[in-house]
Amino acid sequence: MNIIVEREKGLLELEKRIEELREANALQPVDMSSEIRALEEKYAQIQREIFGSMTPWQKVHMARHPNRPTAADYLSQLDSFDELHGDRHYRDDAAIVGGLGKLFARSIMVIAEQRGRDTKENLRRNFGMPKPEGYRKVERLAKLAGRLSLPIVTFVDTKGADPGIGSEERAQSEAIAACLRVFSLAPVPIVATVIGEGGSGGALALSIADRIIMLEHSYYSVASPEGCAAILWSDAGKAEEAAARLKLTAQDLKTFGIVDEIVPEPLGGAHRDPGGTIARVLQTVEASLAQLLTLSAAALAEARYRKYRQIGEWGTENLRQLQDSAAQ
Amino acid sequence: MLVDADFLEIGTEVLPADPLGWVDKKSYPAKLALDREKSQLTEGVVCGFGKLGGFDVALGVMDFHFRGGTMGTVVGERITQLLEGAYDRSVPCILFTASGGARMEEGMLALMQMAKTTAAVGRLMNAGNILITVLTDPTTGGVAASFAFQADFVLAEPRAMIGFAGRRVIEQTVRQKLPEHFQTAEFLLEKGHIDMVVDRQAMKPTLTRLLDYAANGRRAS
Repeated sequence: MNIIVEREKGLLELEKRIEELREANALQPVDMSSEIRALEEKYAQIQREIFGSMTPWQKVHMARHPNRPTAADYLSQLDSFDELHGDRHYRDDAAIVGGLGKLFARSIMVIAEQRGRDTKENLRRNFGMPKPEGYRKVERLAKLAGRLSLPIVTFVDTKGADPGIGSEERAQSEAIAACLRVFSLAPVPIVATVIGEGGSGGALALSIADRIIMLEHSYYSVASPEGCAAILWSDAGKAEEAAARLKLTAQDLKTFGIVDEIVPEPLGGAHRDPGGTIARVLQTVEASLAQLLTLSAAALAEARYRKYRQIGEWGTENLRQLQDSAAQ
Repeated sequence: MLVDADFLEIGTEVLPADPLGWVDKKSYPAKLALDREKSQLTEGVVCGFGKLGGFDVALGVMDFHFRGGTMGTVVGERITQLLEGAYDRSVPCILFTASGGARMEEGMLALMQMAKTTAAVGRLMNAGNILITVLTDPTTGGVAASFAFQADFVLAEPRAMIGFAGRRVIEQTVRQKLPEHFQTAEFLLEKGHIDMVVDRQAMKPTLTRLLDYAANGRRAS
């Protein structure tokens, strides 16, 4: 159950009533505009209450909203896109969509994680959880981008890499590690955007980048809240508590310097205005590319190395002090 | 011991902080204090420079007894310093892994250590230096999916558990019992993921021979 979908139900009913009243008002001699205004105010108030300030757990559910724009919606707004399939070894993983495209007349390599928009598509795309063959496609396309000197644009949206028997048999770890390696050494600009879920290593494989953009209500985490709760407390039911502790929101990650830019969403989430949201994301990507393309390949590689080199916080003080300050 | 007595340890001044202010049943600093007592180590990895079979090497050894060998900022930073040191000195690097993956209590800062160590591995190997990893029991998650599988030679100890996802997670996902030898070193050898399975007694001579082959090739070129 998605808690955002549940909370939206009342709003959607109210929306329908306002619309009905408006239609009726246009046909009838009796003026109902004051009733309509009252309902509209009530609507706005509830909307602000629900979406004005969201908890991390609510954001996780917003990121998983069934109507939230997926990678395909972003790809459809490029000037053009031609999909390239397969890993040249085993098969074509539908959880990864990649290929050549044009963004504001600029040629780019696009690589994205694609979840399904209904049950049937979700089964075909493995709920957006890539398998090793998916990550080998990512690796192949990233190398091709390097060869063609094309910038890489990625869209991240996954609960995580597939944790199945076949994925282990085909070396999921090695497949992800290879992506990290190729992205960290790529001689071209890389801009990654987290549009929904950023689940652990499965998301990291597409997001070692010169610029990382996040949608306002997306999340990016060391593990899914359910996974973290299972690992630490052997209880996936404590996911809400894990979400609160993990500092997984775009706002938290900007504070840590892991995320460079946050693209705002309309009140109620990206699915309330997909066209506008996607346009803002693509403009932000383009602005980042324009900056990065002024750098030489060597300067780019050096800056990327430095960027990741400095991530982390450690102390030299002894643990006792740390404990004391935590106890206070 | 693998290396001679004059091992020069580095990174000892890199010690854990509490960037997320993490508290569950205990605070993160309290958990760290227990780990320190239990393992007699200041963090989950010991790194330094020494000689192995006559060869100068950079050596890092992870320890599962400290927070399950999980990689947080300190583990990532020490390993990166080791890889950078190996790059500066042009020596081979050997990493013994033992890890449950990325450390939850440091959140995304822990996940980003995968990126940081990978970048340092890339730089080291591009400069022509040898990287050898020895996967010990267990090596999973973020460590498996970053430097563990990026080496020139990937060795594993007998029966070590090695994989991306944990056994419990896979069983819950696929809703079936997994075969006993699934994700063992022997299973990975059969599937073609690792170069060899080497027991502890044979480890030092095997590493020495690998270093010798590689050094010989470099002299010839």
